[in-house]
Amino acid sequence: MQVVYQRPKSLTDVPTHYCPGCTHGIIHRLVAEVIDELGVQSKTIGVAPVGCAVLAYNYFNVDMHEASHGRAPSVATGIKRVLPDRVVFTYQGDGDLASIGTAEIVHAATRGEKITVIFVNNAIYGMTGGQMAPTTLVGQPATTAPGGRKVERAGYPVRVAEMLSTLNGPAYIARVTVTDPGNVVKAKRAIKKAFQTQLDGKGFSLVEVLSTCPTNWGMPPAEAIKWLNENMIKYYPLGEFVGGEEAKSE
Amino acid sequence: MTAVGEMILMKGNEAIAEAAVRAGCRFFAGYPITPQNEIPEYMSRRLWEVGGVFIQAESEVSAINMLYGASGAGARCMTSSSSPGISLKQEGISYIAGAELPAVIVNMTRGGPGLGGIQPSQSDYFQATKGGGHGDYRLIVLTPATIQEMVDLTQLAFDLADKYRNPVMILGDAVLGQAMEPVEFRNKPVEEIPPKPWATTGWDGSRPRNIINSLYLQPEELEKHNLKLQAKYKEIEKNEKRWDTVNLRDAEVALVSFGTTARICRSAMEKARAEGIKAGIIRPITAWPFPDQPFEDALKLGIKKFLVVEMNYGQMLEDVKLAVNGRGEVAFYGRAGGMMPTPAAILDELRKLVGRGNR
Amino acid sequence: MAKRVVFDEDRCKGCELCVQACPKHIIRMAEDRINAKGFHPATVTDEDQEKCISCAFCARMCPDVVISVYRDEGRK
Repeated sequence: MQVVYQRPKSLTDVPTHYCPGCTHGIIHRLVAEVIDELGVQSKTIGVAPVGCAVLAYNYFNVDMHEASHGRAPSVATGIKRVLPDRVVFTYQGDGDLASIGTAEIVHAATRGEKITVIFVNNAIYGMTGGQMAPTTLVGQPATTAPGGRKVERAGYPVRVAEMLSTLNGPAYIARVTVTDPGNVVKAKRAIKKAFQTQLDGKGFSLVEVLSTCPTNWGMPPAEAIKWLNENMIKYYPLGEFVGGEEAKSE
Repeated sequence: MTAVGEMILMKGNEAIAEAAVRAGCRFFAGYPITPQNEIPEYMSRRLWEVGGVFIQAESEVSAINMLYGASGAGARCMTSSSSPGISLKQEGISYIAGAELPAVIVNMTRGGPGLGGIQPSQSDYFQATKGGGHGDYRLIVLTPATIQEMVDLTQLAFDLADKYRNPVMILGDAVLGQAMEPVEFRNKPVEEIPPKPWATTGWDGSRPRNIINSLYLQPEELEKHNLKLQAKYKEIEKNEKRWDTVNLRDAEVALVSFGTTARICRSAMEKARAEGIKAGIIRPITAWPFPDQPFEDALKLGIKKFLVVEMNYGQMLEDVKLAVNGRGEVAFYGRAGGMMPTPAAILDELRKLVGRGNR
Repeated sequence: MAKRVVFDEDRCKGCELCVQACPKHIIRMAEDRINAKGFHPATVTDEDQEKCISCAFCARMCPDVVISVYRDEGRK
């Protein structure tokens, strides 16, 4: 028998603590598959966030560094500047990247740090039990926005991919999702492009992955996927914002 | 570049930067804040010359986290700031200590609290020695009194940081940063730094996978980790206490002071001696581990009166009281907020303490 | 016949994303057993293995790397 799919080498075989149906599992797998396919496992260093993925250092089979909340882009900057021939990536959630870490991600992007950022946007705070995130949609319920996010009280959600694409430093920015096999394939392609951008020395790369949080959205995994498709994509459109095919033809 | 043994007049901030480069520092991240701006400015030119990296980070928070990354990747690294910026770095320092990484942090203390002022003070002694950041960790704290000493202690700082895998702070002040004094770079520039098998350099299978981390969710494991740290701090306390004494042998009263204030105390001591008050000086050079030995020695010599002089409202005072432990009288004189004690004012306090002298 | 799709049952968390993803609709949650975690694991019956086209959509959706997929030699 020919192998069509097997566990990637860059993923350890430690069972993850993620909730059933949590898309973190899919995204971890894709990152590991890309690291395998690019052949860079032995020279990759990952930076784990504070959030559900805080234990990512148990799952990625590479040297890992645990960062404090929001500061992964700075930690990655330190590593990449000291070891410029290694592949350095951060893996961050929406509280980590878009709330406490906003300064760090903007400046790593505008400095053009040659790191790859995997940004998991599930419009909620997962690890701490469902509080509102900067990416929580208007009207979406959260434990700190009971009855749904209200514009008068909490303003509007932030579109990270678009925001960062106004800077000159980024060389590749894309937004993808993992709600069905077709999108999973597209997401992997974007993640691979992002890592390739780093390998080619082109600059900062970021892939925002629209993700589900069945537990804190209060729905089963399949329904959460439906909710994402029906609600998140119209506010957070998919596509390549920097370094995509259209940009190339300019 | 200045040759070993050559004397050069340098501003304190620039001297400490040059000393760091010679000590093997190849990564610096910092942020502008008065009165230490010459440190990042000097590094922004000098580090690239030796193949190092300088980054002006977007904040002091980001800078300390860049250090956390760079240190984890195996580089000798340094950041500098002044009081409010050092407050911002506290979480990062706790992480660096918890993850057992080497790093050098320079604080050119200014007046506080809050935005405070830009003149010197010693008001960050508590912050440096009693935590600052969260958790049961300790920072090795070096307190130079002259620019030459600051240069010499910079090499020591990097060596101690690597030896113990712990952050080290050089606790200076605005005077040490801004003044110009002749300095000699006594050590040969470091060519090779000690190997760091624990660094995240890429797992190629030739060693276990390296994880730089301070998270231990199981309390049994976190306790074990903490006990390991505590054992390390005991080692440091055993080996690394440093201090200086002047004229203690026949003294009836000891001035206790660190950093710039100790130099002012020297003038006060000479004035005191001129009018028959036998004053001596105990000058801690490590604020942590705090040197208890000179106090034992002083008490044995029959000295029963200690005057602690600081540019704050009584911080090292508490460590002195602990060291004297009720066996002598410990008085205090301090000025802060950017104002400096004068030799005349210190002399006045000495007179009061010994109960005599010209007024 | 060697299996085309293999489930590491004890890793399954019962999320059912594979059930949705399979274009041949041959994945079911096993009703007759639970795994070490307490979930009904995803599975394909021996008879249904024949119907598997080795597209690996299931493996691509699985967050827990439960599924390995194989293809018969000589089959495209």
